[in-house]
Amino acid sequence: MMSLYTRRIWINRIGITLSMLAMSIGLIALLWILWTLFSRGFAALSWDLFTQDTPAPGSEGGGLRNAIVGSGLILFFSMLISTPIGILAGIYLAEYGRVSRFASFTRFMTDIMLSAPSIVIGLFVYALFVVTTGGFSGWAGSLALALIAIPVVVRTTENMLKLVPTSLREAAFAVGAPRWQVSLKVTLRAVKSGVVTGVLLAMARITGETAPLLFTALNNQFFSTNMSEPMGNLPVVIFQFALSPYDNWVNLAWGGALLIALLVLAVNIGVRIVFRNKVKR
Amino acid sequence: MSEPSVSAGIDPHARQVRKFRLQDRFFHHTTQLFAFVVLAALVGILVSLTYEAWPSIKAFGPSFLWTNIWSVPDDEYGALAAIYGTVVTSVLALLIAVPISFGIALFLTETCPVWLRRPLGTAIELLAGIPSIVYGIWGLFVFAPLFADHIQPPLQALLGDVPVIGGWFSGPPIGVGILTASIVLSLMVIPFIASVMRDVFETVPHVLKESAYGLGCTTWEVARSVVLPYTRVGVIGGIMLGLGRALGETMAVTFVIGNANRINGSLFAPGTSIASTLANEFGEADPGLHIAALFELGLVLFIITFVVLAISRWLISRSMGSEGL
Repeated sequence: MMSLYTRRIWINRIGITLSMLAMSIGLIALLWILWTLFSRGFAALSWDLFTQDTPAPGSEGGGLRNAIVGSGLILFFSMLISTPIGILAGIYLAEYGRVSRFASFTRFMTDIMLSAPSIVIGLFVYALFVVTTGGFSGWAGSLALALIAIPVVVRTTENMLKLVPTSLREAAFAVGAPRWQVSLKVTLRAVKSGVVTGVLLAMARITGETAPLLFTALNNQFFSTNMSEPMGNLPVVIFQFALSPYDNWVNLAWGGALLIALLVLAVNIGVRIVFRNKVKR
Repeated sequence: MSEPSVSAGIDPHARQVRKFRLQDRFFHHTTQLFAFVVLAALVGILVSLTYEAWPSIKAFGPSFLWTNIWSVPDDEYGALAAIYGTVVTSVLALLIAVPISFGIALFLTETCPVWLRRPLGTAIELLAGIPSIVYGIWGLFVFAPLFADHIQPPLQALLGDVPVIGGWFSGPPIGVGILTASIVLSLMVIPFIASVMRDVFETVPHVLKESAYGLGCTTWEVARSVVLPYTRVGVIGGIMLGLGRALGETMAVTFVIGNANRINGSLFAPGTSIASTLANEFGEADPGLHIAALFELGLVLFIITFVVLAISRWLISRSMGSEGL
């Protein structure tokens, strides 16, 4: 029978070891996924990926040009919709949120929307937009993704605005600036880079979203820049190709997955590096 | 606006102030309108899903929730298999993810050298940034085959003959299934739970921890008897956040759950979840009862996750003393 003291030491050692084990499980999962993605994805990477359209079932060759362009367009328009809405709503929460009940309620709901199942958003846009406009379209896809991006932009904008020192705002008020000028020309400008970060993170978040595009943008195996038609996009192409029996399609799916992951990781890491430098300064 | 002859008589400063006040009111209401968009979206989701699901709600009534049929040819629908799959995979995912997240948060806040904290914390956050479709194809092409060859057979040999739980590990080891989906899900929710836990652990006053260390407590004892009780509410909030995420996760689950619309006692067997049923069937659903039933599934999912996430946010904000995040 060991003494109480040795027992406590051992329990501590086991606990700490387990926590390191947990940490390594997380890291191993990350590295494993990234390694798979890079090794399989790079094998599929070639010029054809960017210059050729998605191939017919069972045929060789082909690329992802229509899907890349489609994804780009859908993303661009969804950010165009969500950025102004998100920033203005974020300003409202930061400016009036301290006192208003409506604002705290909105903040609470925004937080829920942050984690709401994206497939339900797809259903919503289908019911609201696809049914009423008579068909799947790139616009519907943009709208669905915008609804997912808005809460991200709202919350980062608000959090950034809250970091602005009160003295700066008071100085602006003291020289007689009206509230809207203080908001837009002083506080928002002070946290410009933070707000841009929020927009970029929102973009990273929706880049890989697949579920809401399944019933909105659908897919299009041909090259198209018409937002009123079904539109090819990377996530849905990856979904269809990965589950197909054709090796060529599966390969292209890996290539597409690598492209998406690279973009998402680049934004996430880039944002963190920029921010660390800011904090140091 | 007022007439020139009248305003000419007023002090120009007063006019300026009045203009500002009008602009401010305009600014207030404009920004408020945009904040309202988020609320409108939430209400819109509820209303439109209920509207579209109405034929199914009327046809099957509340028994939709506990009927185990999903037959497109007979036009008979019940959500039990999908709800079962959703709940079982999410709960199993949490059983795996919670201890690991706790370990990660403990390591990052207590034992990790300071210079390593930031890179390791970032690595865990990156795990949250990886799109779910990437988890999906990784799970299908890399994890599931490995799981079928090297983990399922020994697990079956070890636990297959144990009464009661033996049944959970019966059936052919095909890789995809409920358990595989749970494991992939757990990897996806770890970063969310771990980062909430880390944040609430950091709110523990240093004095409290140092007093415990001063009494001779070990790091583990401090974590168990000081940090954890102090942050209990926030920790539960973090777990609920993970649950909310797991319940609604679509793509990764669709790839690895096997998509069989039935309930099977074995965790190795393929199943389905609400989200994966939607992803698989909605695109080709027949108008009428089938699509209405799918909308009702979506409505059920939305209500469940809404409640779970609302509780989670409430607990986290209570624990952090502010609005959370």
